[in-house]
Amino acid sequence: MERKIRVLVAKPGLDGHDRGAKVVARALRDAGMEVIYTGLHQTTEMIVETAIQEDVDVIALSLLSGAHMTLFVDVTKLLKKKDMGDVLVIGGGVIPEEDVPVLKKAGVAGVFGPGTPTDDIVDFIEKNVKR
Amino acid sequence: MFRKEKLNQIKEERNDWENNDYSDAIKNHPERKSRFENLSGTEIKSIYTPEDIANLDYNDDVGFPGVYPFLRGVYPTMYRGRLWTMRQFAGFGSAEETNERYKYLLEHGETGLSVAFDYPTLYGHDTDHPLARGEFGKCGVAISSLKDMEILFSGIPVDNVTTSMTINGPAAIVWAMYIANAENRGISNDVIGGTIQNDILKEYIAQKSYIFPPEPSMRLIVDTFEYGFKKIPRWNTISISGYHIREAGSTAIQELAFTLGDGLEYVKAAMNRGLEIDKFAPRLSFFFNSHNDFFEEIAKYRAARRIWAKELKKLGAKKSRSLLMRFHTQTAGCSLTAQQPEVNIVRVTMQALAAVLGGTQSLHTNSMDEALALPSEKAVRIALRTQQIIAEESGVTDTIDPLGGSYYVEWLTDKMEEETYRYFDKVERFGGVIPAIEKGFFQREIAESAYRYQREIDENKRVVVGVNDYKMDEELSIPILKMDEKGEKRQIDRLKKLRRDRDQSKFDRGLKRLRKAAEGDENLMPYILDCVHSYATLGETCDVLREVFGEYKEPAIY
Amino acid sequence: MNGIASKVLEGDPRSVARLITLVENSSSEGFRAMKDVYPHTGGAHVIGVTGVMGSGKSTLISELTREYRNQGLEVGIIAIDPTSPFSGGALLGDRVRMMELATDDGVFIRSMGTRGMLGGLTSAVYDVVEILDASGKDVVIVETVGVGQAEVDVIKIADTTLVILVPDLGDSIQAIKAGIMEIADIYVVNKADKPGVDQTVAEIENLVDISCSNRGRKTPVLTTSAKEGEGIVDLSREIKKHRDYLEMSNEFEAQRRKRYEAELIEIVQKRLMNFIFDESTFKGKVESLIDQISKKEVDPYTAADEILGKILK
Repeated sequence: MERKIRVLVAKPGLDGHDRGAKVVARALRDAGMEVIYTGLHQTTEMIVETAIQEDVDVIALSLLSGAHMTLFVDVTKLLKKKDMGDVLVIGGGVIPEEDVPVLKKAGVAGVFGPGTPTDDIVDFIEKNVKR
Repeated sequence: MFRKEKLNQIKEERNDWENNDYSDAIKNHPERKSRFENLSGTEIKSIYTPEDIANLDYNDDVGFPGVYPFLRGVYPTMYRGRLWTMRQFAGFGSAEETNERYKYLLEHGETGLSVAFDYPTLYGHDTDHPLARGEFGKCGVAISSLKDMEILFSGIPVDNVTTSMTINGPAAIVWAMYIANAENRGISNDVIGGTIQNDILKEYIAQKSYIFPPEPSMRLIVDTFEYGFKKIPRWNTISISGYHIREAGSTAIQELAFTLGDGLEYVKAAMNRGLEIDKFAPRLSFFFNSHNDFFEEIAKYRAARRIWAKELKKLGAKKSRSLLMRFHTQTAGCSLTAQQPEVNIVRVTMQALAAVLGGTQSLHTNSMDEALALPSEKAVRIALRTQQIIAEESGVTDTIDPLGGSYYVEWLTDKMEEETYRYFDKVERFGGVIPAIEKGFFQREIAESAYRYQREIDENKRVVVGVNDYKMDEELSIPILKMDEKGEKRQIDRLKKLRRDRDQSKFDRGLKRLRKAAEGDENLMPYILDCVHSYATLGETCDVLREVFGEYKEPAIY
Repeated sequence: MNGIASKVLEGDPRSVARLITLVENSSSEGFRAMKDVYPHTGGAHVIGVTGVMGSGKSTLISELTREYRNQGLEVGIIAIDPTSPFSGGALLGDRVRMMELATDDGVFIRSMGTRGMLGGLTSAVYDVVEILDASGKDVVIVETVGVGQAEVDVIKIADTTLVILVPDLGDSIQAIKAGIMEIADIYVVNKADKPGVDQTVAEIENLVDISCSNRGRKTPVLTTSAKEGEGIVDLSREIKKHRDYLEMSNEFEAQRRKRYEAELIEIVQKRLMNFIFDESTFKGKVESLIDQISKKEVDPYTAADEILGKILK
């Protein structure tokens, strides 16, 4: 039986702009993945605990409020602490180019800013999912 | 508007043209698309003629500016008398930094202020709230108390310049801070002018910065309407918004229909409380998006004015001031690209022009770097200059509603009105706006449109220059706005000091009385003002209301 | 004992989650672990929740879980959503309404797609119920897709089946196919703060009177407002009453037996299908048979004979 890639789409913090997260969730579903969408206003603990219970292969974080350097890094730090380092973490939203290297160093494998075709995200996940 | 025989002549000639000249041209060189559709999915023909507006009656349907049905504009002189207000949305970091940006903008010619708040403020939390982690000042200015409001407007003549505040959940409290600050400066209530967005319905639908559930939120809003027309006569107590609905992915028709639908809901709520329509309606204002499809946007603004005037007349409004729809416009943030960002200046220019040709009362033009960060000084200056070029150099402001009478634009205006009424019927069948929100109707429509749009781009059916065509490998070198790193700590220290120094008994009393009033049905504004004057923070005041009203949880719609 | 199995019995969430993935993907490692897990099952009360879309199932489950937590019980929740027949993917969104429970370590929530199964469940659900049971959960709630007549499989797995309805269905109670109405052990009219509640309750009670006239137990009809948190305590009491009734009337054993029968059939079916359609040695033969059927060189019945003949040998 073919294994399904399981993706958690999460919106950390207070940012309420969910157009992108929902469009990506649908695109991933249309690419054959099982997508768990957490909804808005997720704390780091909620996101990581959900990732554990749902045994996801990928966590896709969406943030447009500018708080990504704090919140994305909080998530990757907690994942490491919980020994979930094999989960692929990607992010999207309003993220200036100069912040990307720092995020990558912190464990965000791919950053997909405005204008990214959804197929690119699908391809990246399929190529980089670790399990 | 046209004589029957003339229309027949035109029809004949058009048929001839279609079967010969047009047809030959297509044979030699087919059109670029098999079907031309605007962003709402409306099919657009190659040419529009008087036949397309055969039933339009100039006097009844089109009319003159400043007179019912206000299709051509809300004032008799429009821009010949006074240009639209150039009002750039701004705010970041602490009150000090934003105060400087406001002074910069005023110096460079903006004619009205517009405040952007950060996320914790939008949700009614103080900077030191646990949920505020990482969010301080990132997408707007942090305002946690009257003290911050004092700093934000220090050195700014609030008796002379109007201020628009984009705040919804805690709007009543932030408005109270503005009023209290003016009072403390000796500026009286009937002098200050401005707007609070205060449109909670679209929060549930699109922007999602809600706090309380619908019923108590509507109560608070009607409280502000009442307080407004009684005490703060120059204030627009609501900016009924389509901007965010559009940004969330809706089409122009949905933006028009859902916004006007929300507006009517507010009118009904106020009337249900017994307020006289001609007393509060003049202070209702609107806020629309200006997106890429040039003519569709212009038709949208015109249709909006006519529909609003008709509907308010039906509801019994008699005064002209109640029927005319004033609106602010912002160019579409979601149309900006991170790729080749300078090109955004061109997009914004066309979108701004559409808003002006559509008769907007005030305008914000986006900066080129906003797909990446908040605007730098240079970028926002260019955005402001864009408006000034249109105003001073293009000549479009020399006459009113120059596109009136265009066969295409008049046809499209009518079409958008028709589609809007179709949506009104759909919502009626749900039992009204709030039941439709609870059933996820609007959210589903928006998510569908958003997904369809993305598919069109991914499949290259719709071109976004620089993104799926005319691409470049580029080194991005736009200077991005940097904020003061020490701002957050400064703010938190300020909060600590404020909590220490204020009159404790006054503070306690204020909140206690607010809670009691919230449990009843008195107008809450005077109680909120007292809390604000006692230097209760935004979070402390909202928490009392949270306890009484509860918090809203949204249904999950894709 | 198998490593992952012992961790599951300790209640380690990571291992529970991992084992669920393994059985969902029919891995042999998973099934080996299940052999060690199985003897520790049977303790949890399994509650099936089904109902029309928009009936507020997820919110109701969230509130019920909170009540169980207040009673000191641990809860496992399986939330099932339909897998797209076209893409094979799924949007699993039930969890959104339960997010406050995410950090309560007495609650484990798993979202699953139907992955091609009709009936509102997924074929792995039996295993997942057992895993949650063995990991220490006192209650396991299975939320099905619940959109129509086909979604009645939940009765195979649940000890107690709840059917959730909402008011203002009006005469659509008649429109709801008989299937879904017959499976209820408890009816719940949710969103009871809306108009039309009394009428809906009356209509259901009428149906109950007719169908329960010769049964030992009259199916209760409750009202709740999950949003307001009303009626939840009564619901948990009613569920307990049902459990007691099952045990006293010996129906409990019969019910459980049905579940194990269904589970056994499920496992056998899956193994068989895997063997026929996924095993590479056999696959080529199957593919060529399908080609022959397309060309009308052989009919599907003869082809089936051939496949089954090979297996039964």
